[in-house]
Formats: sequence, structure tokens, C-alpha cells
Amino acid sequence: MSGGLEVLLEVRDLRVEFQTDAGPVLAVRGVDLEVLAGETVALVGESGCGKSVTALSVMRLLTGRIAAGEIRFCGRDLATLPEVELRRIRGGQIGMIFQEPMTSLNPVFRVGQQIEEVLALHQNLKPAAARAQALELLQRVGIPSPATRIDQYPHELSGGMKQRVMIAIAIACRPKLLIADEPTTALDVTIQAQIMALLQSLQQELGMAVLLITHDLGVVAHAAQRVNVMYAGKIVEHGSVRDIFKRPAHPYTQALLGALPHPLAPARRLEAIPGRVPAASMLPAGCAFCARCRHAFAPCSTEQPPLLDVAPSHVAACWLHDKKRASSAG
Amino acid sequence: MTLSAPSAEQLAATETPFQQVWRTFRKDRLAMAGLYVLALLIVLALLGKLLTEWWVLLDPTIVRLPDKLRPPFSVPSPALLPAQVPPWGIYPFGTDELGRNVFARMLQGSFVSLSVGFVAVSISLSIGVTLGGLAGFYGQRKWGPFSIDALIMRFTDVVLCFPTFFLILTVVALLPPSIYNIMAVIGATSWMGTARFVRAEFLSLRERDFVTAAHALGLPEWRIIFRHMLPNALSPVLVSASIDVAYAILTESALSFLGFGVRPPFATWGNILADGRTFIFDAPWLFAIPGTAILVVVLAFNLVGEGLRDAMNPKLRKRAS
Amino acid sequence: MWRFLARTLWQRLLLLVFISIISHAVVHLAPGEPTDVDPMNPMMKAEDIAHIRQAFHLNDPIYLQYIDWLRDLFSGNLKSFQNGLPVLPQIWERFLNSLPLFACTTLVVWTLSFPTGIHAAVRRGSTYDRATTFIAYALISTPGFFLSYLVVLGAVQIFHLPVIGLRTFGAEGATPFVRSMDRLWHLVIPSLMSALTGIAILSRYVRSQMLEVIDQDYIRTARAKGLDEDTVIYGHALRNALLPFVTMFGLLLPGMISGSVIFEQIFAWPGLGQLGYNAISQRDFPMILTLNFIAAALTLVGILISDILYAVVDPRIRLQ
Repeated sequence: MSGGLEVLLEVRDLRVEFQTDAGPVLAVRGVDLEVLAGETVALVGESGCGKSVTALSVMRLLTGRIAAGEIRFCGRDLATLPEVELRRIRGGQIGMIFQEPMTSLNPVFRVGQQIEEVLALHQNLKPAAARAQALELLQRVGIPSPATRIDQYPHELSGGMKQRVMIAIAIACRPKLLIADEPTTALDVTIQAQIMALLQSLQQELGMAVLLITHDLGVVAHAAQRVNVMYAGKIVEHGSVRDIFKRPAHPYTQALLGALPHPLAPARRLEAIPGRVPAASMLPAGCAFCARCRHAFAPCSTEQPPLLDVAPSHVAACWLHDKKRASSAG
Repeated sequence: MTLSAPSAEQLAATETPFQQVWRTFRKDRLAMAGLYVLALLIVLALLGKLLTEWWVLLDPTIVRLPDKLRPPFSVPSPALLPAQVPPWGIYPFGTDELGRNVFARMLQGSFVSLSVGFVAVSISLSIGVTLGGLAGFYGQRKWGPFSIDALIMRFTDVVLCFPTFFLILTVVALLPPSIYNIMAVIGATSWMGTARFVRAEFLSLRERDFVTAAHALGLPEWRIIFRHMLPNALSPVLVSASIDVAYAILTESALSFLGFGVRPPFATWGNILADGRTFIFDAPWLFAIPGTAILVVVLAFNLVGEGLRDAMNPKLRKRAS
Repeated sequence: MWRFLARTLWQRLLLLVFISIISHAVVHLAPGEPTDVDPMNPMMKAEDIAHIRQAFHLNDPIYLQYIDWLRDLFSGNLKSFQNGLPVLPQIWERFLNSLPLFACTTLVVWTLSFPTGIHAAVRRGSTYDRATTFIAYALISTPGFFLSYLVVLGAVQIFHLPVIGLRTFGAEGATPFVRSMDRLWHLVIPSLMSALTGIAILSRYVRSQMLEVIDQDYIRTARAKGLDEDTVIYGHALRNALLPFVTMFGLLLPGMISGSVIFEQIFAWPGLGQLGYNAISQRDFPMILTLNFIAAALTLVGILISDILYAVVDPRIRLQ
């Protein structure tokens, strides 16, 4: 990790809205995020918490609308940037890989073409140079016999190889930031480990930052330096990996970790979190986790807690950490 | 991360698939307009049949020579006998070259045109669902060197190659020109689309777990097909049905236009349109009214069919715009 | 790819055989013996039956009938009831007349449908989309002859424009240039009217295909690369959306032949449709049956072309 870090990506109070049959609904309700140059930041949460929506809205790849908030990348607000300039950033300075490698590559274009396309677009390479570069990239992402593979169509590759091609496309122009939206969820466990190792080595080589979206805490423990925990459209806890795993401050984070089977611990009952995630259209007035929280007390159901300091660089959105209110709870 | 079972109040009352489809359908204004038109049409057709047969004043066959080619909303001439005077003292759609009340003829024709449409489509749906279901469900069984699926699908392909209208004309030329023959022929040449849809649905349903479960429970095959699979395969059939009725009515009118359609005494809108062709400059309403009526009704069926298709399509329903 | 094509060719040839069998079988819809004639059927009289029996060798066993029919057809012995001349040359001549009309109609349908459909898909829910949707439904629902009849009457009686027939009367003496322009002019309105329903249907299909493709993950990937929207739509999405249309190419033909029966009547165009109409009015059975067979065979040729195009265009098949 390099010292003297600049803030690469700064998301402030992001709110994203979708149109549903029941009217407009906020899927992301005021998210603050920061990614420093060269570091890996994880965004964890269960399905439906809004983490993918947050990731997609950085590059405005959503069907929903950014209702409010700022997305500052290298000082410019991506939320309001004109389309023409946003396109220069997409693929060039920010790369993205998606969850479903099986459907993320265009079936009628050859693998090489799809990599060369992004090279030609952002680096103005001539076809011959682009092809050479594409070959190198395929080699770098660990695809065997790249010279044969480069002319093949996506349907001739396995899921793991397709994801490697996606990674090649995303890093082709040496972006400063790579957004990885659940990159290993759709892959077999053994391939998962390989892909994560590849991402880490690429990150070190290229010095790029990674925003890693996942629901898999195991992946987070190995790969990330800082972690954001998301629930029902808001960040509920943020801290370093150590802090989150050793001293989780928010009841939701605690419950998540408690639900993980521990390989070395004696067999014990996995703790399930009672209840379910509230629907985005039916959120309560107070803390969204209140109904399922075993530590809930008076203010929880009426006021939404802001992110409160727990320790240096460790915050949690829970009234338990507000000294004044917590003391009245007893 | 795990969740325990939701509590009773957290489980909102869910709706049946039918209610879901209806709710989505209702939002499509064009489709609802079509539905209203169809409801109106069915009422008119039934009423029409009753009225034109039982109410003497509305008899479409009354010939009134003094009142030939009168425009719509005109008043009958005083030379008429009391039995010939139209109800309400007015010709809402005018009269034709024989002085017949066009409004009455259109009412009578509505029932006939609709029944041609419905009967023809019933025939085509029966053939299509049967063949498609057989091909989808028993497809792998062999009859001689060929699989049932291959046999049925090749047969479908062969019939699809023939220009349908031409084939219908051919058959109509060979057989006696009765209305039942025409219904049968239209039905016998438009089953192919339905067969393909049903086969596709059955093929995918066959692999679904609930069918395997039913087999495992020892349910007899016919029960699995009729009670479990068929209700799920119905959605493309319903869409087809609506659009096929539209097509049948259009075909019947085209047949009549060429002179090969249903013969008198049955009046269909196609007939009236064909007759009106000769008088298009003297009495344009004779051509315009049935033509517009056919257009409106066929449009309504098409809109309802498309509305059903959109409402039943799960992909479109989940879209967040 | 070659194996796929060879297999397809073989399957289509088999279809051709079945088509001929069915075409031949249709003649058996007629009453079998002169004594069976239904007096209520004005289309079929005793001498007609005798005529049919002789022309189709209905006294022979059934498999011989089929072979006789094919033999007569291709040797020129199958003669029309109307003028005693062989059937095939007449069909060929009329086909050449219909061909420009089919070609022009197809051209109009395909060039107008794609831009309309794509535009409607890209601007889903807009006024343009809703307006074109409604117009498409209205066009599909209009009886083709209704609209065409009105157009012809309007043009001829009110605007005094010559629109019917292959060429204007008296144009034979003009220069070749004027004559060919005249032929082209006469082609415009009939093909436009024939094309209307086709445009309505095809543009809806284009729209729905594009909508489906635009939703796909790889389109999101294309945008994430920073490509401009035109490249995404026309380069990435369209390429995928086009695949099914290649197969539709062959299936347009039966619709056009069916439609030609009516349109050629209205526009007095001496093509296949008019030949068929006259044959049916005159109960010219050799002509009727052969026309059915030829029409279906032509469709098969169209389908075969579609198969070949599809094999070439879809990389998943090309590489088998």
C-alpha cells in the first residue's frame, strides 16, 4: 500500500431512485464512500441492500435516476458530468467487471475484437498494435494459449476464462480505479480463488484502486483493506478489515459474522438473523435494522442514527455508540 | 447470512397469477379500450341476433324499393307500408341498393362474423393444442423410424409453406360454399402457430421440477398433462386466440370481397363490404361502414391480444423503467 | 457449418416431397364420381368431375396418380382447363410479372421496418414509440383491400393518375427511358400497399427484438467501455438483434403470394395472384393445384436461403 494517498473516489450522500409500480422508491438512501489511490475498499451486504446499484451509479450505468449526491472522481463530479466526458472516463480511467461473465461478453464478436475495441477507443491504437496489446493482456490475465483464444468467440470459453477476458478489457487502459461487482459470485469456488489472486496481483502491478462489491465475507477478509457494510440502502458500518472482523460495532455486522461457520471452532449453532430485510418501499422511520436487532432500544425505532465514531477510522450507524443515549438505555 | 422464516404479518397477502396478469393488463390503456370494444361487440352481436330475428321492424331482409340508397340518418319515405318502416323512424346507417336497412344488416352480420371468428379459432386451437402438446410431451417416443416430435413438426413445416389464403381459396372452390366449410377451412389452416407455442411450452415445462415431482408421486400421465402442465402453458394460447380471431374475421372478409365467401341469406360484414364496392361513388357509406367496423373490431382483438402478451410476459413485468 | 447445411438441405428436400404429395392430395377433396355431385354445389357439375377425372388419371391406383401428375406437370402435358395450354409456361410467365412486385415490396418492407423499429425501441415509451405502435396495430387490422381500393379510386377518379396495370395504355410508342420510368411508376403504389401490413408486423418485431437485446449484460459492458450510444446500438445491439430476422426472410414469401391474389385484382396486375384468382373462378384445377405446389416450393427455396444466411451469420453455428 502506497503512502501519501490521494482521494480517488469520493461519494457523498448518494441517493438513487427507481420507478416502480408503487411509485418512486429509493434504493440507495444517502451513501458516503471513499476510495484512496491504490487501496482495496470492500462494499458488503446481502442481496438487495443496494450495493450493486451504488457501484453502477458511479459510472451512471443504471436505469434508475441519481436523485441527489456527488460522485467525485479525481475532483470531478461524475453525477453531473456531460455524457461526452463521462465516456472518456468509462473504460479509460475507471474499469468495471460484472457479476455474470456468461452474459457480459457480446456473443457475435471475437474475444480479441472486444479487447481491441477499448484500446482503439481510449488509446487510439492502430489495429496491429491493438492486437499485440490484446495478446499481451490475455497472457497477463492467465489465459492459456492466448494466440488461439484471441480469435475465438465467447461461447467457446469457460466461465472462468470469460471473467478473465472481462478483467483484461477492464484493465486494458490501465485505469486508476477498478470496480468489481461480485466478480466471483457466479464462478466455482476453485476458480474464485484464482480470480481473486489475479485481481490482487494486477492491482499491485498497476497500482490501481479496487472497489470490491461482494456478499462474501471470506473474500473481503483476504482482499480488502477497508470495509463498508451496507444495509437497506445505507452504510451502517465502516472501518479497516481488522476493526470490522475483530471488533464489529454494528449489530448487523455482528450478526453477519456470527452467522459464519468457523472452521476451527467446535460445532455450534449458526446464528440466524430473525426477520427479513424490509422492502425499499416500506422502510420504518428509525433505524432500518431495528425490528431485527436484539439490542434495540428507545431511539432506534424513531430516529435514524448517523455514522458515529467508535474508534479512530471506525464508524457505525447505531445509537448504542451515542454515549448520551446509550446510557439512558441501561 | 441467513434469515429465519418471516412472521405472519410480514407475509403480505399474495395474489393469484390471474390477478397479477389482470392488474398489469389494466394499466395498458389501449388494451383496455380494446376490451371495452369487444365487450360492446359481443353484446351487440347477441342482441343483434335476437333483435333481427324477432323484431319485425328490424328485419334485415325487408326490401324497400322506394328507399334505395338512402344516406345514414335519413328518414324513410312516406310511400312505405307500416310494416316496412324502420324502428325509431330513421335509418341509422342508411339503406343499400335494395332499400334494406344497413343498420339491421350490420347487426345481423356482427353475429355471423363473430361466430365465424370464434368457431374457426376453436378449431384451430384444438388442433394446435393437441398437436403441440403431443409433440412436446411425447416427443421422444418413436413411431416407426421417426420420433413423434419430428413427425408433427415436419408436418407443421409443410403446411406452413403453403400460402394460407391461397389454400383456403382452393378448398373453398372445391367444396360446397357453406358457412361451416369456411369456418372449418380457416380453422384448419391457422393452427400452426399455436402448435409451435404449445410445443415450446410443454418442452420447457416437462423439465420443470413440479412435473418430476408429480411423476414421483405416481400421478397418471393424463392428469399431469391436463391438471398440471396445461394451465401453465395457457398464456401463449390465450394470446394466440385473440389474434387468431382477428385474423379469421379479416380472412372471411377477404374471401367475401373476392366473391368466395359466405352466401346469402347469411350476411357477414365481408359480404356487405363486397356488395358496397359497386356503389362506392353513389353511396360511399355502404363501403365505408362495414370496412370501418371490421377495422375497429379487428384492431380491438389485436390490442387485447398484445395487451395479454405484455401482461403475461414476466420479463417485461419486472422492468424498472 | 457444412454439415449443418447438408443436413438442412436434405430436410428441405424431404419437405418438398411432402408438399407435392399434399398438393396432389387436395384434388381428392372434389367428389369422386360424377354421380356423387351435390346438386347444391354450384361450383361442381357432372361434366366438371369427368374432366377432372381424366386430367388427373383418377381411375388409376393412387400411387400411379401421383406419379402421373408429376410426369404430366414437368413434361408439359398438364394442361389448363381454360385454354388447353400447358400449365408451367403460363405460371412462369406470370411469375416474371409478379417478381418485380415481390422484390419491390420486400425492399420497401425491410428498409422501412428497421429504422422505425429501432427508433421505437431506443426511445421506448416516448410519443414516437406510442404513435408508431398504434399505427402499426391499425395497419395490421385494416383489411388490405379496403385501404387499397380507396387509394386506387382516389388516385384514378379524383387525381386522374394512372396507377393500375403494368404500364399506361399507349406508352408502347415512347422512348425506352420513358417506358421504364412508366413501369417503375406503376410499381410504386401496389408495392407500397402490399408492404403496409408487412412493415407494421416487421417493425413491431424489430422493436421487441431490440428491446430484448438492449437489456442484455453485454450492452452494459459496451457502455462501461465508454463507447458512444450510436456504436452501442448499431454496432453491438443490432448485430445481435438481426439474427432472427435472417430466418424470417423465407417466410415472408407465402404472405406475399397470398396477398397478391387480392392486390393484383385491385391493381389489375397480370401476375401469379391474378392467375390464381382466375383459375379458381373458372375451376381450372390443373392450374390451381400446380399453383399451390409452386407457391409452396418457392417458399421452401426462400427458407433454404434463410438457412444458409443464418449459418453464415451466427458464429455459434459457423464453427460447428
